[in-house]
Amino acid sequence: MSGIALDRAPGRAASLLVRGARLVDPRTGLDGVADLLVRDGEIAAIGEVADAPDGCEVVNAEGLAVFPAFVDPHVHLRTPGREDEEDIESGTRAAAAGGFCAILAMPNTDPVVDCAPVLRSLRERAREQARVPVGFLAAITVGQRGERLTEMAELAEAGAPGFTDDGLPVASAGVLRLALQYQRLCGGVLALHEEDPALSAGGVMHEGRVSARLGMKGIPSISESTMIARDAAIAGYEGGCIHIQHLSARESVEAVERAKAAGVQITAEVSPHHLCLTDEEVGRTLDTRFKMNPPLRAEEDRRALIEALRSGVIDCVATDHAPHSREEKEEPFETAPMGTTGLETAFAAIHTELVVPGVLPLELVVERMTAGGEPFGIPAPRLEVGAPANLCLVDLEATWQVGEGGYESRSDNCAFDGRRLTGRVRMTVAAGAVAYRERSFAIQGVAS
Amino acid sequence: MRRHLLSVEDLSREDIERILARAESFAEVSGRPIKKVPTLRGRTVINLFYESSTRTSSSFELAAKRLSADVVNVKSAGSSVDKGESLKDTVQTLSAYDPTAIVIRSPHVGAAQLVARWSSASVINAGDGKHEHPTQALLDVYTLRRRLGNLEGLRIWIVGDVLHSRVARSNVLAFTRMGCEVTVCGPPTLIPRDVEALGCEVAYTLDGIERADVVYALRMQHERMDDAYVPSLREYAARYQIDARRLGAGQLLMHPGPVNRGVELSAEVIDSPQALIVQQVESGVVVRMAVLYELLAGGGDGAVAAAGEPSAVPQSLVHPGSVA
Repeated sequence: MSGIALDRAPGRAASLLVRGARLVDPRTGLDGVADLLVRDGEIAAIGEVADAPDGCEVVNAEGLAVFPAFVDPHVHLRTPGREDEEDIESGTRAAAAGGFCAILAMPNTDPVVDCAPVLRSLRERAREQARVPVGFLAAITVGQRGERLTEMAELAEAGAPGFTDDGLPVASAGVLRLALQYQRLCGGVLALHEEDPALSAGGVMHEGRVSARLGMKGIPSISESTMIARDAAIAGYEGGCIHIQHLSARESVEAVERAKAAGVQITAEVSPHHLCLTDEEVGRTLDTRFKMNPPLRAEEDRRALIEALRSGVIDCVATDHAPHSREEKEEPFETAPMGTTGLETAFAAIHTELVVPGVLPLELVVERMTAGGEPFGIPAPRLEVGAPANLCLVDLEATWQVGEGGYESRSDNCAFDGRRLTGRVRMTVAAGAVAYRERSFAIQGVAS
Repeated sequence: MRRHLLSVEDLSREDIERILARAESFAEVSGRPIKKVPTLRGRTVINLFYESSTRTSSSFELAAKRLSADVVNVKSAGSSVDKGESLKDTVQTLSAYDPTAIVIRSPHVGAAQLVARWSSASVINAGDGKHEHPTQALLDVYTLRRRLGNLEGLRIWIVGDVLHSRVARSNVLAFTRMGCEVTVCGPPTLIPRDVEALGCEVAYTLDGIERADVVYALRMQHERMDDAYVPSLREYAARYQIDARRLGAGQLLMHPGPVNRGVELSAEVIDSPQALIVQQVESGVVVRMAVLYELLAGGGDGAVAAAGEPSAVPQSLVHPGSVA
């Protein structure tokens, strides 16, 4: 099998001297104020750098923080098919604005990414348009219909970093078992959207006190947790490798914890909105920005997710960035489509809601936000000499209102819209090239 | 009171009392040969109904006409709604006629809130999905008050398909606001999880219903059922039907209509003097007049208040419970 294939448009290898920032990398144990030199896209020095080499841009970053850039294993780029909602250029621009240096796109497009020609054409387009490296997961079943396996071996050779029917569960245990058996041939983790349609059908929000009050059909937590338990058992039996997408419920956390304890090769992700928001938002506003699948759940679920992220039962943060057009979201809650955008607000939301109040330490959040590629064999970026420059500059003091001045994404269905958040990405370097710089954050000087 | 009536949750006990008192005064007007008052002359009320309805739409229409408003009825069948126009576009189009109020019924939760966001008119929720039906709750409280006077401490059992019932949700809120103790009762498959959050007790059998002062039976909502929530209507009726055997002598019976005879209620209780079902329908017009008045003419509009007949109603007739 070929190696991990991420694509992006050609970028100029950056040469930067970042002066006086607080450098934080939990993996290398780095946490302190120092200079960081990037030459030709590689980290060339960390420490005190007296003089900037010729042609090197100098960034005065005193008061800012530098992290390894984030990796998002769960993004909907809506391409092909709904380029009005997002395309590769706008989606990767939104990712860069959020401090991400790599993302994985979901295959539930039109057409579905279920054969090598579609995958190859997307990779070709990414090599022209992508601001940050992007990988394209392929579908597990043809048309995501849950019936017949895709040509997973050919798709893996064509560069699929993994497989998923995201947006839909693999409802049949038999089909999932076949995919796990076939995984021995083709490799590639199976990323699973866990939902038992027999329990969730017709549901539009979390089943609980708020849905009882609103009279809306609920999606019970057990529709997620029972499928996780089922799939973990099958993966354990077949010796397969699975990644559980967007955990939302306390019971799901328990199911993943049990599977890990039993030795199943299983990883899990959680979204910023499930870490920061609950179904009370739906009750308060009926705003369709708070409608997503899985739904925002109750406060005790949110707390369980936070604890699981802390303990490592949940391995990484994933945005499930899901753009939708305004006319689709301007529907009554029950008929509006599910999904929120999240790339541009992921770090700021978690920082504001969990780090600033002291719920989670900053280093842990940085670790979990950079770990999203690991289940798919994509190593986490590191701040160390010799490594490719994948880093973001963040102002941890800056407050901003989400949506003021618009979004980089083509869609504005962000669950955090209108909120004041603390922490703003000023600049992102992805795979050695500057992928994003805030408009007011201009070049401060070039050494000559 | 606010500009809109979207949910009983938004109403304080004082708001409800004021609407009830206003309805009492309109009841006097309804007894006259000429039932119209000039309060809303020259103003437009739009009834926008996305679901079929007989009693709610006709009673809103009559209420607005008795207040002398111009009334436009828009029903989904045969209108631009049928042609796929979005709710937003329909509301913006109708708002161009500068209506004073839009009365909306929709199969979707929160539709009235959306209309309120998109229009400058006062919005009245005439039923949004399985969420709420505030004017039904108000007319039920009004009907009970006229019969009993004080509702404080009254024990009310709401029996049947609570899961699919917007009437149940609005009525639990309204009755508890008025100081009643409410129990919802039905098969466990038709009681929403965590419904206690509304402030009611839950029962899965009729054991104990003899302690109720009022039995409020709900309509079995065949049209909303996409699953087999009960094994059969036969088994449902055997366990939950209110019949002469189960309705105690001192208990009152209510139902929002239309009744499925022989399912939730037996014929003999429907026709018994304990049933308030006809009075509920009668109350609909005056209570909806009161809601329109409170939203559109209340709040110290001097000219309107002077023209409004209600102030001329003798106090003896305004006193709750004085008209049986």
